[in-house]
Amino acid sequence: MLIGENILLALSGLLANKMRALLTMLGIIIGIASVIAIMSVGNSISTSVTSSMEALGVNNITLGVSQKSTEDTVTSDGRVFAGISRGSEMSDDDYITDEMLEAMKEEFAGSVDSVLLSESAGSGTAEDGSLTANVAVTGVNEAYLEYEDLALLAGRTLTERDQENAKNVVLVSDKLADSLFGGDYDAAIGSEVKIYISNRYYTYAIVGVYEYDDSSFSTESDDNVTTTVYLPLEAARQQNHSSTGYSQLTIVTAAGVDSASLCDELETWFNNRYYHSNDSFEVTASSMESMVSSMTDMLSTVSIAISVIAGISLLVGGIGVMNIMLVSITERTREIGTRKALGAANSSIRLQFITESIVICLTGGFIGIILGLLLAAAATNLLGYAASPSVGGIVFSVAFSILIGVFFGYYPANKAAKMNPIEALRYE
Amino acid sequence: MEKQVTDKTSENAGSSKGKNIIQLKGIIKRFYIGQPNELEILHGIDLNVKEGEFVSIVGASGSGKTTLMNIIGVLDRPTEGEYMLDGVDVSKAKDKELSGIRNQKIGFVFQTYNLISRTTALRNVELPMMYAGVGKKERQERAKYYLEMVGMQDRMTHKPDELSGGQKQRVSIARAMTNNPSIILADEPTGALDSRTGRKIMDIFHQLNQKEGKTIVLITHSNELAEETQRIITLKDGEIIGERKGSAVC
Repeated sequence: MLIGENILLALSGLLANKMRALLTMLGIIIGIASVIAIMSVGNSISTSVTSSMEALGVNNITLGVSQKSTEDTVTSDGRVFAGISRGSEMSDDDYITDEMLEAMKEEFAGSVDSVLLSESAGSGTAEDGSLTANVAVTGVNEAYLEYEDLALLAGRTLTERDQENAKNVVLVSDKLADSLFGGDYDAAIGSEVKIYISNRYYTYAIVGVYEYDDSSFSTESDDNVTTTVYLPLEAARQQNHSSTGYSQLTIVTAAGVDSASLCDELETWFNNRYYHSNDSFEVTASSMESMVSSMTDMLSTVSIAISVIAGISLLVGGIGVMNIMLVSITERTREIGTRKALGAANSSIRLQFITESIVICLTGGFIGIILGLLLAAAATNLLGYAASPSVGGIVFSVAFSILIGVFFGYYPANKAAKMNPIEALRYE
Repeated sequence: MEKQVTDKTSENAGSSKGKNIIQLKGIIKRFYIGQPNELEILHGIDLNVKEGEFVSIVGASGSGKTTLMNIIGVLDRPTEGEYMLDGVDVSKAKDKELSGIRNQKIGFVFQTYNLISRTTALRNVELPMMYAGVGKKERQERAKYYLEMVGMQDRMTHKPDELSGGQKQRVSIARAMTNNPSIILADEPTGALDSRTGRKIMDIFHQLNQKEGKTIVLITHSNELAEETQRIITLKDGEIIGERKGSAVC
């Protein structure tokens, strides 16, 4: 009933004493502004980091062959040789073979969705007379192409038969087709393309043109951007004269599988079964998810740490509010006495002063939120991230301001409510 | 001897018109109860005031005037005795009930006006109605009506700082009237005013008494002002030592 009146009363009190009000609210303003700024900056960083990592495939596991580090060796005279990588070359026995992958697919049938295999056949220039285009030739399996989900503009994709027969057929980007065939994709289909890689020309038949995805992180200018030419995996391996296996591959996990724990299982399985007796090499598995989660963990730890400091500032601000409320109540003793004589119940007086305290804190909170958002916008702009205000932070700040108002306003308000009306009326 | 005088008081009061609106019976007020410096201020006050009466209570400072006024205004409770206000026994009421009684049955007019300085005359007059839960529109209408009655219609939006003492006292009389109380309790209402302005304020009280039929209890140390009222009650050392008729017609 009286809340609306009390809010107006409190606001008019604030306006009547602007400087004092501002100084009172300063602690709250600084506290809330820093909470909002920190949470918003943290939010922006983790949002953009997470989204760029997700674009790379969070649930994918990268499986690689890497060198074992040796144990520290202690010689007889007590000198210690730190464990170092032996630096030996990978021999044919060290690669992950097709047989291993088949066995793995059986073992982890429920968790592994597909295995993406690729082999680089080198980077170079596609040439047609004076026309050129930068390319990277990559041999890929069917699963890889499926996963990439290329948008075909003309022709067809690489088929199972292309893979089996190791045909020298390729998918090229629309950029390449623009450069070499003047944008006539139909003319490109069926044409041959000569690619110059490390002092040799390789000739491939174009079977399809895909749309180049601009969003990938490329710093090159639009004209000489390097696009991928997709070749059947077997064709690339024959071109490289490698038939042994893979040093690195990507596993797409099935939906709902925890990629972090699958990483551990895969490592254990490979190393126990195939690399147990291998002195120099072992299989390591890593997933983006673990990287993303450790990154966000770190960010939230930092946020919490700074928020605690901001919380202390809020506490100090709250004590400031309580102090000024006590001063204000002493100043207004006669007013309180008058109100009581006119029929204000103790609860009405208490409500009036708690409302006043909440209004001070909320006003400070709102100024703090605006200041914090401005700070966050400036900071994210400087760091080059998209500004992403923390809605949770704003809700938290408003709620916390009210809480501070109630908490630090209750004692003074209660003191006012319990004043003896006779003494209050006679107060000079 | 003194006892007889007080007994006569109630008899006299009983014979005049209307019902008793204030009935004080054996009111004793002690302070610092149970402590070595225990102090008895009022030694058993019997006093009746009729509806529509204009009564003044006079006495030197230290006579217990203010303590009696606090009890009549239910700002304080008697230690012993019975107080019936408008048919309600208030001597044993709880704090919350007391504030309701102050709000509904008593209109205070203070020597120092006690207006709230940050807000306008109009809103000051609205205040008792706010605590009574009266709606905003009705509040404003009633506040304007009473401000007009005391001749303050042109200064309703002024703040107390912008008003003279007499004007402030008019506003506080309007404030005392807004909840249509049973009694108006005026504590030295002209004490801070020059005689001419004080005269005008007294005229307003007479008007309220005669035209509106309000019961008024005036507390003053000025015999001159007391003479204007219908009945004068003299207080000394915490006891009623005398009572006589004033010049005002009943």
